[in-house]
Amino acid sequence: MALLFLRRIVQTALILLGVAAITFLLLYALPADPARMIAGRSATAQTVANIRHELGLDQPLLSQFGTYLGNLLHGNLGRSYAQKTEVWTLIVARLPATLTLMLAGIVVEVVLGLTLGTIAALRRGGPVDRLVMMASFVGVSAPQFVVALLLLYLFAVTLGWFPMSGYGTFAHVVLPATTLGVLGAGWYARMVRSAMIDVLNQDYVRTARAKGLSSRRIILRHALPNAILPVIAMIGIDIGQFMGGVVVVEAVYGWPGIGQLAWQAIQQVDIPIIMGVTLTSALAIVLGNLIADLIAPVIDPRIRTR
Amino acid sequence: MFKSWLRNTTMATVVALAPFSAMAQAASQGGDIVVTYKDDITTLDPAIGYDWVNWSMIKSLYSRLMDYEPGTPNLVPSLAESFTVSPDGMTYTFKLRKGVKFSNGREVVASDVKYSIERAVDPKTQGPGAGFFGAIKGFEDVTGGKATTLSGIETPDAGTVVFNLSRPDATFLHVLAINFASVVPKEAVEAAAGDFGKKPVGSGTFVLKDWTIGQQLVFEKNPNYYVKDVPHIDKFTVEVGQEPLVALLRLQKGEVDIAGDGIPPAKFLEIKNSADGAKMIVDGAQLHTGYVTLNTKIKPFDNVKVRQALNMAINKDRITRILNGRATPANQPLPPLMPGYDKSFTGYAYDVAKAKALLAEAGYPNGFETTLFSTNTDPQPRIAQAIQQDLAAVGVKAEVRALAQANVISAGGTEGEAPMIWSGGMAWIADFPDASNFYGPILGCAGAVPGGWNWSWYCNKDLDARAVAADSMSDPAKSAERTATWSKIFTDIMADAPWIPVINERRVVAKSLRMGGADNIYIDPTRVINYDAIYVTK
Repeated sequence: MALLFLRRIVQTALILLGVAAITFLLLYALPADPARMIAGRSATAQTVANIRHELGLDQPLLSQFGTYLGNLLHGNLGRSYAQKTEVWTLIVARLPATLTLMLAGIVVEVVLGLTLGTIAALRRGGPVDRLVMMASFVGVSAPQFVVALLLLYLFAVTLGWFPMSGYGTFAHVVLPATTLGVLGAGWYARMVRSAMIDVLNQDYVRTARAKGLSSRRIILRHALPNAILPVIAMIGIDIGQFMGGVVVVEAVYGWPGIGQLAWQAIQQVDIPIIMGVTLTSALAIVLGNLIADLIAPVIDPRIRTR
Repeated sequence: MFKSWLRNTTMATVVALAPFSAMAQAASQGGDIVVTYKDDITTLDPAIGYDWVNWSMIKSLYSRLMDYEPGTPNLVPSLAESFTVSPDGMTYTFKLRKGVKFSNGREVVASDVKYSIERAVDPKTQGPGAGFFGAIKGFEDVTGGKATTLSGIETPDAGTVVFNLSRPDATFLHVLAINFASVVPKEAVEAAAGDFGKKPVGSGTFVLKDWTIGQQLVFEKNPNYYVKDVPHIDKFTVEVGQEPLVALLRLQKGEVDIAGDGIPPAKFLEIKNSADGAKMIVDGAQLHTGYVTLNTKIKPFDNVKVRQALNMAINKDRITRILNGRATPANQPLPPLMPGYDKSFTGYAYDVAKAKALLAEAGYPNGFETTLFSTNTDPQPRIAQAIQQDLAAVGVKAEVRALAQANVISAGGTEGEAPMIWSGGMAWIADFPDASNFYGPILGCAGAVPGGWNWSWYCNKDLDARAVAADSMSDPAKSAERTATWSKIFTDIMADAPWIPVINERRVVAKSLRMGGADNIYIDPTRVINYDAIYVTK
């Protein structure tokens, strides 16, 4: 276990280094000059040159990357080009919002996915099953910005049940989390359904039934824990998926998270912010997978023996 | 109006005009309003902020020696009580208003003005506005790192600032009215330790009370502001991260008073035709011209006949329809609101047959293939496609390349890279209402350099000399002559046709029914939303 942990930490560091290198090189390979973006159109060549010098952009690329990595090791993500504020401050100010949204999104997808998947498995072949599978298909296929706008229009504008945008109360999180969770819920419903069908045909379920256990107990105690395994493994991967989704969802609902920060930074070629958010997301994805790996043996003893 | 201001300055001294007299009529005091924007506010540091969202907020947080009458391009003294200009136009002397205080309680003195401008010019500040102060003596020494103070700014006493110029600059009073000339207290800048943009201290109409990053900014009225009953509202809260569509829905429900990003094109007609729509839409002219650059260094655009032919090929009316009529066709570089715009100039009329004939005359009877660059946010690619179709009608096959703004800017500033660029979406709005602002960087030789903004790479030495001559006419008595000179420069440029002037776009802001004030204070030519002048009715 300790060895696994150590190996994972080394892997994480290497992955982050790789992500940093690729992102950095890609950003600077772009035909867009940050100094020129900051300087604006009325700047003289001297002003642009001065800005470029102050930002260190006149250094060779490798030495710029070296400086960046050096600062990174000291926990310094640099200052935003456009805002002239520490990137770390900006990310920390916005991270709680994104984490809240992701956590709520996971709750939505798991609860919705498990419930619908189980119901569909129990009503296999019937109209309920078909309806759930169709809904899950729509959930999986619908682009998130469409879902976001539909939910917004229906529940916030027309019915007025939830606020249209903003952050701070439980009511604010419902629609963004649902938008984020619908996609995963669709996948989970399908996964749980087929896993459940498998499990329900297993001998031990038949035995349990033969022993005269109630069907609720069979499903909750015997079938579901086995059917849930693939879902748990998926949650870690989902964190990565969510990192992409939050950009759209945060934009539509005015959710003040790091996705919104990244989106604005990309438009301004604010490289320190883009780097900072990318590294934060990469870290979240790696940690998500790590958590999934650590949880799996706890739930499924078969993995532990390996 | 412009002329009358200049006439005043010939009197040598301008008596403290009540700068905001124009808005004294019937504006009610009080009220809290909510304003929304999609993007976060980048910075409120006046030496750095340079986008159209923070521009109006910085205007209200700070004061400057000069300002504009709300809703107009008319200069008036603001922090200055009066000023004199030497007959040769090389020395400007300002007397400061007495008793003006920063929001930290300290009185504004002459050395603050000197410090603030030196800070804007200092390369360490990384400010985009340094170049505006190029006429002040000692400018090169500061930007070149040889000095940290501008030898051309003197402060003989706490209430007097003297500017000595190295060359006459007829736009100098405008330069002192732009945000980069905002007066800031040195101690607050130093206390903020590089984060002054988030902890601003000024002497303007409003004070920043609270800033929750990514969520909202709260501005409260400065009770000590030096003009009575300005501003009118007590407080405005800027909520950021609000998608324009959502902001609009909230506005209709009464939760928002001003939707700063306007109305998404797809929603415009629906709102306009709704019951209260007309009262909610503010649709105003701005100092904007949208144009297509024709790169004079790339074949076949090096041929003036080709450039003239394409000027006749574009159906500008159709493009205004793509924008739901929120624009008017343009025929010259200057927008109609700009002093120097020539009303009698007709330019090149839309005439496909004539365009084809001229292309044949230039040796391209069957047209040619080229590339048209455009930014990639709606509606710009659609406009680029309309231009593409118009070009196809005269036999020119243009491939549309829609890229992110930063990439288009980069392509434009790289020699031999972009044959044609549609300028839409690159926020081309004048920094101040003077014709010279539409020449130097975008049509003059100085801008036709790698990294420049003269994407036609057009360089006409003769016109450059005339431009320098015009900007040297700082004697206020020659203002009419100066405006006429500029006017002629821009119409003469059209003979060489480095641009296709396409449209003058109007800005749209959506406001709630309770907001009062004329349209031109919601789309103020020098500051977009004028928070000092707007008010709440009832």
